[in-house]
Amino acid sequence: MAFREYKIGCIMFGIALSTSMFVTIFLPGLDISRIGSTEEALKKQLTYGWESAFNYYDPFLLGKDKPIKVVLTKDPETGKPIDKTEAYVFTAGTHFPDGLTHDNIMGTKQLALSKSKGLLAQATEKRGGVFLVDVDVTTGVPYVEFATATKGWQVAATLKAADVRIHAGSGKTMFIREGCWWCHTLLPEETQDWQSFGRPPVTGDFNGESPTSFGSDRKGPDLLHVGSRNSSREWMTMHFFNPRLVQPHSIMPRFNYLWGKADINGKVIDRQKWDRDFMAYARGDTPYPPAVPIPARNSEARYIIDFVLNLK
Amino acid sequence: MLKYLLAKEEDIPQGSAAIFFGVSSICWFIIGTGLGSFNASKLAFPDFFHNVYWLQFGHMRQVHVHAVIFGWIAMAFAMSMLYITPALGNTKLWSEKLAVWNCLLYNVGLCLALALLWSGMTSGREYSDHIWPIDLYIAFVMVVPWSLNVWMTILNRRTQGIYTTNWFFAASMFMLIIIFLIGNLPEFFHLTGLNEAYMTWWFAHNVLGLLITPVAAAITYYIVPKVTGNPLYSHRVGHLHFWAIVVFYSTPAAHHLMSSPLPEWLKSFASVEGVLILVPAIAYICNIMLTMQGKWTMFVTNIELKFALTGVFLAIPLNMQGGFQQTRAINWYIHGTGWIVAHAHLALLGFSTFAEASAVYYGMQVLLRRKLYSYSLANFHFFMLLIGFSLYWISMTIAGLIQGAAKIYEVPYLDVVIAEHPYMIVRWLGGTMVFLGNITWLWNMYMTARVGTVVPVGRLPHELAYER
Ligand code: HEC
Ligand code: HEM
Ligand code: HEM
Repeated sequence: MAFREYKIGCIMFGIALSTSMFVTIFLPGLDISRIGSTEEALKKQLTYGWESAFNYYDPFLLGKDKPIKVVLTKDPETGKPIDKTEAYVFTAGTHFPDGLTHDNIMGTKQLALSKSKGLLAQATEKRGGVFLVDVDVTTGVPYVEFATATKGWQVAATLKAADVRIHAGSGKTMFIREGCWWCHTLLPEETQDWQSFGRPPVTGDFNGESPTSFGSDRKGPDLLHVGSRNSSREWMTMHFFNPRLVQPHSIMPRFNYLWGKADINGKVIDRQKWDRDFMAYARGDTPYPPAVPIPARNSEARYIIDFVLNLK
Repeated sequence: MLKYLLAKEEDIPQGSAAIFFGVSSICWFIIGTGLGSFNASKLAFPDFFHNVYWLQFGHMRQVHVHAVIFGWIAMAFAMSMLYITPALGNTKLWSEKLAVWNCLLYNVGLCLALALLWSGMTSGREYSDHIWPIDLYIAFVMVVPWSLNVWMTILNRRTQGIYTTNWFFAASMFMLIIIFLIGNLPEFFHLTGLNEAYMTWWFAHNVLGLLITPVAAAITYYIVPKVTGNPLYSHRVGHLHFWAIVVFYSTPAAHHLMSSPLPEWLKSFASVEGVLILVPAIAYICNIMLTMQGKWTMFVTNIELKFALTGVFLAIPLNMQGGFQQTRAINWYIHGTGWIVAHAHLALLGFSTFAEASAVYYGMQVLLRRKLYSYSLANFHFFMLLIGFSLYWISMTIAGLIQGAAKIYEVPYLDVVIAEHPYMIVRWLGGTMVFLGNITWLWNMYMTARVGTVVPVGRLPHELAYER
């Protein structure tokens, strides 16, 4: 070995590098993993599902393998009116987020409650089911309730009874694929963003989310709470089709291709014509801009708009 | 190139692989900066080419980043290592054939990786955007063979000691493989949440700090003494630089996430270690500057030194900026603004690109055994890069400060966008100058290979006078 003269050096190098990794990976890993999920984290996971970027079940990032969030005002089983409830529907075979399958990601207290009160142990990916996020009144600990076991809510019945279906899980996949996170952060800063962008997240808020896609450079506003600032679906629809329609100075790209071929009524979308009409409007030749098509129910545009509006 | 793939080891001329890597790196430099310039145009004029959906900013940004990092920077590194390591060991490359294959598979892999990124197949993690099968390909097909060549050549050296440059080369390649495999653990094993976010930046930080910074420095450790003829000022200070990099640069990864809810001790620790990176930085810069003693005229008269030293000069503001911007007192102001983009380009387009360009200029002449075709063209290239980069850096820094001010005064975001517009245009113009400069470089290299004066046996290219 011709590194012989450098034996001490090589050993020192090994020690230095492993110590460094011990301090910067192992210890923080322990510290971060110690913290259980917050309510926010449980909701996020049940909304976004297992993985939002490249994975075996959705290699082309089309928004597959995702739960659907629904808003209920009547009990799907009995049909009786109930308080407005958000439920998360996992159709059979949809993969569970890591928080449901890894005990330390959920957190000890959260897990105990989810098992005792939420009957979580009965849930399987194969059969799917409906989930709720509850908070224990006495301790304030959040937990997951498997409503299919506790209340008998079945997947099909819940989807049918739902007032709205929110495809925010598929929308997060679009968010990753379309690179929204190169321009928008999902992380209001602790120092000065409270006023403009809302509450910064706390440590437990990310448990089980993958990828977290905080974003590092901002060229647009932070989006973590954008749904509370602006909850207008019409505005979002116009803004995604062509941001210059509502914000003449915006530098956000157009996302009109996410609409696909046809709009919600099956009418074919002619983008060239739309552009010509828009240019006529921009020059002042016509008083009104062309109408923006409403995205079809399973279009990618619908997903991304659901995702953004769901960021409360 | 293809004919060497199946040739016998002895039949492949020494240095072939390095030449292939050099030419590829220049081509990728042109492609990468072209993409960068296109992206910049989209940020200045968003409706430019808006009907071509696959030219969306969100799809192209990571393609630019990876084309320049893996295409230009890493391939220029590979080229430098493949000719500098044997030269310093007074021996030949361990396996020229492996290196030729490596170069081919590197280019194929990179094209594939960029195509997948472009189509939107991404892991959603900045700097480790590649999907995990590509990560494994990069680690085992692109990086391991390259490292083997470097390590084995050093083991087979015919000199007694190992020169500073070679410690850096050997150690960086080792660290790169470790970082690649550990930094991508979240993808291999589906780690989630803050652990995933932190590992993403652990990876990104260490790729910058344990590959790009030390190797770019190591290159100047070779070029400056070689071309000036002065011995390196101090081997000891080189030691200090090396160990300080290993200890201080591998630890502050969390300074990229200062505004996230990571444990406070980790952020403070990272902040302190980050300031300590000034130790290797100062050691390095002093060492090179002192090596130049008595030879400063060559900074003006010699193109390799002009590039190498400009790189070293740019490392001064880079490290000052880095050391201070990651303290809590300053980070909250500039985090997530154009300032960081300016810092990133000062590091990669300034410091490391200039250092590498010197190695590629020098290496191509040594390997082709031909004197540079035109000094004037090279000078033109140098100034296009320098002025283009300066425009980029200044405009983005100002844009970043505006964004920072807007953060504290809670200015509506649209006003920030409007205020940044002129700087976005300047950045685009600056970047385009870099791109155009690079095209003249490729031409210059092509002409060098065709009609450059042959360097006589026993002489080195820098000993000959420039002709044009
Ligand atoms: C080139 C950078 C860029 C990209 C890429 C981008 N945006 Fe934007 N976005 C902006 C800018 C700049 C604004 C502020 C001006 C405006 O409202 O249009 C903005 C505004 C927004 C707003 C309104 C925010 C508010 O506070 O009212 C939303 C919502 C939004 N973007 C969502 C998205 C989504 C979702 C994507 C990905 C599909 C995306 N953006 C991609 C730059 C970008
Ligand atoms: C003293 C030395 C340095 C320190 C302390 C330092 C610190 C930092 C910090 C804290 C950030 C993140 C800022 C933020 O997002 O808030 C950053 C970003 C960056 N640094 Fe440095 N830096 C140093 C030198 C370098 C060098 C030598 C390189 C490369 C050769 C480099 C490359 C980068 C890049 C590319 C980014 C951008 C990352 C992104 O995409 O957000 N830096 N640096
Ligand atoms: C070899 C030279 C270059 C290297 C190594 C390089 C590297 C990078 C890196 C690392 C980033 C990510 C920055 C961050 O997130 O902080 C980036 C972004 C970018 N680069 Fe470059 N770059 C180079 C040249 C150029 C050129 C010539 C241009 C042309 C204008 C350019 C335009 C851009 C743009 C527009 C972005 C997006 C920045 C943003 O998000 O605001 N780059 N580049």
